[in-house]
Amino acid sequence: MPEASADIIRPDGAEKHFGAVSMDIIRLDGAEKHFGAVRALDGVDFSVRAGECVGLVGHNGAGKSTLMHMVAGTLTPDSGQIAVRGGVEASYSVPRAQQLGIRCVFQELSLCPNLSVAENTRINHASLNGFGWRRKAAHLIAAKLDEIFPGHSISASDIVGDLSITSRQMVEVARAFTVTQEPLELVILDEPTSSLDAHTAGQLLAFVRRFIAAGKSCILISHVLGEVLGNADRIVVMRDGKVVAAGQADAFDRDRLVTAMGGAEAREKAAAEIASGKPEPGPLRVRARPARQQDGNELIARAGEIIGLAGLAGHGQTDLLLAIFAAASRAKTGIEVTAPVALVAGDRQSDGIFPQWSIAENIGIRSLARLRNGLLISPQREAELAQLWQRKIGIRTPDMNNNIFSLSGGNQQKALFARALGSDAKIVLMDDPMRGVDIGTKLEVYDLVREEARHGRTFLWYTTETEELDNCDHIYVFKNGRIVANLRRDELTEEKIIQSSFGDAA
Amino acid sequence: MLRSLLPALSLALVLIAIAWLNPRAISYFGFSLMLNLAIPIALATIAQMFVIAGNELDLSIGTFVGFVGCVTATWLKDAPLLGVVILLGSIGVYALLGALIHLRNLPSIVVTLGMSFVWQGLAILILPKPGGKAPDWLLALMAFKPPFIPFPIIAALLIAAVVHFGLMRTSYGVILRGSGGNSAALKRAGWSLLRTKIALFALTGLFGVLSGMALIGITTSADANIGNGYTLLSIAGVILGGGEFVGGRVSPIGAVIGALTLALAASPLLTFMHIPPDWQVAANGAILIIVLAARVLISRRER
Repeated sequence: MPEASADIIRPDGAEKHFGAVSMDIIRLDGAEKHFGAVRALDGVDFSVRAGECVGLVGHNGAGKSTLMHMVAGTLTPDSGQIAVRGGVEASYSVPRAQQLGIRCVFQELSLCPNLSVAENTRINHASLNGFGWRRKAAHLIAAKLDEIFPGHSISASDIVGDLSITSRQMVEVARAFTVTQEPLELVILDEPTSSLDAHTAGQLLAFVRRFIAAGKSCILISHVLGEVLGNADRIVVMRDGKVVAAGQADAFDRDRLVTAMGGAEAREKAAAEIASGKPEPGPLRVRARPARQQDGNELIARAGEIIGLAGLAGHGQTDLLLAIFAAASRAKTGIEVTAPVALVAGDRQSDGIFPQWSIAENIGIRSLARLRNGLLISPQREAELAQLWQRKIGIRTPDMNNNIFSLSGGNQQKALFARALGSDAKIVLMDDPMRGVDIGTKLEVYDLVREEARHGRTFLWYTTETEELDNCDHIYVFKNGRIVANLRRDELTEEKIIQSSFGDAA
Repeated sequence: MLRSLLPALSLALVLIAIAWLNPRAISYFGFSLMLNLAIPIALATIAQMFVIAGNELDLSIGTFVGFVGCVTATWLKDAPLLGVVILLGSIGVYALLGALIHLRNLPSIVVTLGMSFVWQGLAILILPKPGGKAPDWLLALMAFKPPFIPFPIIAALLIAAVVHFGLMRTSYGVILRGSGGNSAALKRAGWSLLRTKIALFALTGLFGVLSGMALIGITTSADANIGNGYTLLSIAGVILGGGEFVGGRVSPIGAVIGALTLALAASPLLTFMHIPPDWQVAANGAILIIVLAARVLISRRER
């Protein structure tokens, strides 16, 4: 259990910084940044000391990523100054940040899918060249993967594009911690566990604590508040481009964080709704048996139910969702689907969004039949559909005809929900769609999912975040492509899921 | 696994068909003859592969090869120094095109389509009607007859080995391919995308020059339209060899194999099948469609 060792390693406040008490690795004073009319950062003061893990929380669009891009040197502030180890940096840039030992794991994966794991490591190390560089790069990354994720099954010669998204994130994290010539002082982890399962996320956070104990620094950004509360020494909360709260981690708890971020009302409402009773489930919608299932276990979903698919990442949950999706249009043995289906993709950049299209077009694509006027798509009906869902799901944009990329990540995901919920589908499949989405958006979407379920829709929801399973009526736990447990909500505990995920029971 | 073997498999298939139709073609002399034009096609395919590695496309490579051919058959023979300067200068033009495409964020298809008319025009200015003569040293090189293994095969192996080492094995080759795979990641790691684009386009220019020279060494004289077919042949060769239009997925060895397959399927195979010349171009297209369709089917099954 990673939690057990936390107290030993975590230092008490500033006492351990003897000698270099005021030594900031990096300090930003009055940093501002504008993108057109949008004020992404509004005069932020931020600093990280040596041997400290700073947790950074806030909604998507609160300015966390912008701030981190500045620390990493990929964005320069419009005004304000950056100082590293006390010296003011006049022209701070990526190469300068690397020289100073500041690295960043960005939220969107920044690996080249066409290159091998070792070759991707080479990209971050200019000094990995000359004779024998391939062997050196392979050793470097393999050793770091072994150190952070013991028991991983990634080879340095694997092509990144062939790896699962979980493995890719593991490589990305491990790569940030590899050292050649340049020093390593501070690593920014932006949603490092968003694609990891509970087991690998625990390994990573344990490693981060060892890293901090060795006197290095870390900035941890996560929407999983427990991760931040349990691992950061100090927490900074951002909202609307400003720092709204900051202090020692033990001064915060979950509720205080949520309140500071501005999501308190939504959460209480959610709790109240869960408490309220549930009507009797309706007729059968989906009956599915995974391809590798050997015993009689099968997944059953009725109208008005929210079904959770749990277990470690990549254990057949997505495969089953895709099989159900395929079975809706073409009969398939072992799977029975009785109503139209829509899928909300998890990897929204590659499977969900049409990058060249507007928000309205992205929403309307699943409902083209209804939007048609003769042979053509009626722009008016498309706009009506888009506006209805903009109101209903709260997509924050001045104009639904803007390109989908003008939205923040959470709002893009909302548009994908609007696509599915705005369609005629009675069954909505969700492939871990909340990855990297802020808690405010999540709570809004949870509400909507429950409301739609009350109106008779069926949801099949694969999630890697145990908290989300609280919204489900019934949970199936997957292991090695099979259903290994079948829990009602009142039977659900995290231990039970972990037990089934790791247990040997077939 | 099957997918990476597909280029070699299709080449083997074409060879087997030729051997079956005309066993005598499988000989030293037969290969020298059948693969005569494979060297310039392979070089042009490699040239195209470099721009494709950076998610761009060069629609001017065919007329560029023609332009180089005209320079080779005139100035390079009569005034070698001037000829060398012009050819080096044309590689410089390619490098500048790369810079322009990157800095102004222009679609390479448009820029190179425009350039194809420029190269064609220049070629016609140099050689209004077919003629000229290849330099003697070039003729001697292309007529080289090594023992046992025909020259085109040795040349193909050499080209594939050199480019494979340069692009797939060296540490800067990784950066070049990475620029096609995820340019944002490269930029964040502190690499210059301007430099990678210039490098890729300059390499395309270099191999375009080599292709034009090799072509003239074989045909002995030049014609302004001599390379026009190479644009599409080179693209098909890259794709046939396992490359993809986007994502930096290319294979030099595959590209050379693809070029050899095309060179063989183009005319020797069809002639042996007694397909009249009028139909050969269409038959060639059909072969391309079949091979590329097979590639898609196999890679889909492996997924």
